[in-house]
Amino acid sequence: MYIDAYGMESRALNDAVRACGEHSITIAHCIGQRYLGTALSDKALSIEGTPGNALGAYLNGGSIRVHGNVQEATGDTMNSGEIAVFGSAGDATGYAMRGGKIFVEGDVGYRCGIHIKAYRENKPAIVIGGRTGSFLGEYQAGGTIIVLGLHTDGLPIVGNFCGTGMHGGEMYLRTAQVPARLPVQVRAERVAALPEDAAALVREWCALFGREEGELLRCAYLRLTPDSSNPYHQMYVGN
Amino acid sequence: MLKEGQFRNPSGCAVAGVIDRSGGKMSGQGMIDAIAVMHDRSNGLGGGFAGYGIYPHYSEFYAFHLFYDGKSAQTEAETFITRHFEIVYSSEIQTRKIPTVTDEPLIFRYFLAPLPQKLSRSHLDEREYVARCVNRINARIDGAYVFSSGKNMGIFKGVGYPEDIGRFYRLEEYEGYAWTCHGRYPTNTPGWWGGAHPFGLLDFSVVHNGEISSYDANRRYIEMFGYKCTLHTDTEVITYIIDYLVRRRGLTLEEAAHVIAASFWSTISGKEPAAREQETLLRRMFPSLLVTGPFSVILGYTGGLMVIGDRLKLRSAVCAQKGDVAYIASEESAIRRIEPDLDRVWSPAGGELVIFELYDRGGLAQ
Repeated sequence: MYIDAYGMESRALNDAVRACGEHSITIAHCIGQRYLGTALSDKALSIEGTPGNALGAYLNGGSIRVHGNVQEATGDTMNSGEIAVFGSAGDATGYAMRGGKIFVEGDVGYRCGIHIKAYRENKPAIVIGGRTGSFLGEYQAGGTIIVLGLHTDGLPIVGNFCGTGMHGGEMYLRTAQVPARLPVQVRAERVAALPEDAAALVREWCALFGREEGELLRCAYLRLTPDSSNPYHQMYVGN
Repeated sequence: MLKEGQFRNPSGCAVAGVIDRSGGKMSGQGMIDAIAVMHDRSNGLGGGFAGYGIYPHYSEFYAFHLFYDGKSAQTEAETFITRHFEIVYSSEIQTRKIPTVTDEPLIFRYFLAPLPQKLSRSHLDEREYVARCVNRINARIDGAYVFSSGKNMGIFKGVGYPEDIGRFYRLEEYEGYAWTCHGRYPTNTPGWWGGAHPFGLLDFSVVHNGEISSYDANRRYIEMFGYKCTLHTDTEVITYIIDYLVRRRGLTLEEAAHVIAASFWSTISGKEPAAREQETLLRRMFPSLLVTGPFSVILGYTGGLMVIGDRLKLRSAVCAQKGDVAYIASEESAIRRIEPDLDRVWSPAGGELVIFELYDRGGLAQ
């Protein structure tokens, strides 16, 4: 199904998507409509234009592809499914994700992966082609963030305050430079090659955006993990 | 009903701005279209616009825009104005009836020249003289409020959704080289027209998305220098801080930005020696003018626009360029609405200053 979103309000566009019985939906001329794809579990949404904030919030399966840039809080609290952005993403991308995957071709803004968490088979993953703003993986509690650093503007691969409050999960940065002033509880180690599950994510990213995977898989990465899996042990309750 | 200033008024909001750096003129329609995309960021309780270069035939005169609650306030204010200025031209501002814009006050415009004798006897420079007159009307004359007071620029604002306010003021009929606009989301409102953004003093105009937590510290400091914070909104105090630092203390906009959105000490310590010394000096000189809490602000001034956000980037801002035209907005979609095909689009980092100026002002190349 094809929806021309020009001039449509967020609610009308979302209603049209929800009411659609077809699996594949193409939205053209998207311009700022919020909450697209919220809590969908079985659709393939293809969006042309610039969707508004909280794209794919609570996404519960299926896929969203955006041919353009996305704004703030993409994949907010998503459970599963996949979001692929053929462009760059704004702040708080993957905010509190609990599962599923987000692939961004270009850069992301501040607070990417803030408070993402994992539980058993639910492991959220975010793969970023370019660089990230400050506070990458703030309060990260689980899941995987991979930053490929393919940007060409000369800026650092991550901004300031990377991993602030991180207490679970892992980040892989394709750089030899340890981020400045990493918090004491975050450990940085150089790995000669990505482990298989992370390598599989990079392969998926390359397949989506048509990039060569060879170089990205052969090079060394910086792996960031919290020092303790339970830094708040005994702090609040006898756990 | 309690007015703005008699209680605290937090807000969410949307901001946008555009400037043609070659000086080409644009009508206000573009900004109306852009801010309409961000409709959901406002709640219909305030919207406004500032246009620069819109009064070319009266560019030598201060353009005062005033709200009056009634005829007696108008008489009192006009008596005051006549005592201090020559009124070159005055008229009611032409508006259009819009069903969603109600309870409008009387809205008048005056093009003014300070009375030479009064000015020389005041021993003030001209801009300070005008600023004090604005302050005096706003603080002393009940029911009269000067909401725009610059040369060759004008602020248009009111209670309603911004796109409706733009149509109410017939902004498609004005042409300027730069525009800013604001959609307001106060969670707690008296619905007063003067409380909408932009907030202006002389040719400075400020639109602001956010909620500054340093308001009282900033206010106490700035009131020592004769400013009167009558509205108790963060935007008013930001405007006065910029006026104080730039007009009265002679700081550059970059220096003022390092005061308002100073980097963390840890960030400053990692900078090059020259930048480190300068930023350290500015933080030490004006510690009470550090603005904390979430904000993104667009400052309009004669010949340019400046955008600055809080150092933690708790509010979004996107910049873009297409040829000679530069755009700023809370959301990229608002920019794409008026220019889908951009040469460059980027988000400034937290605390990073971006300035777009007319080329003939020797503006910074970005």
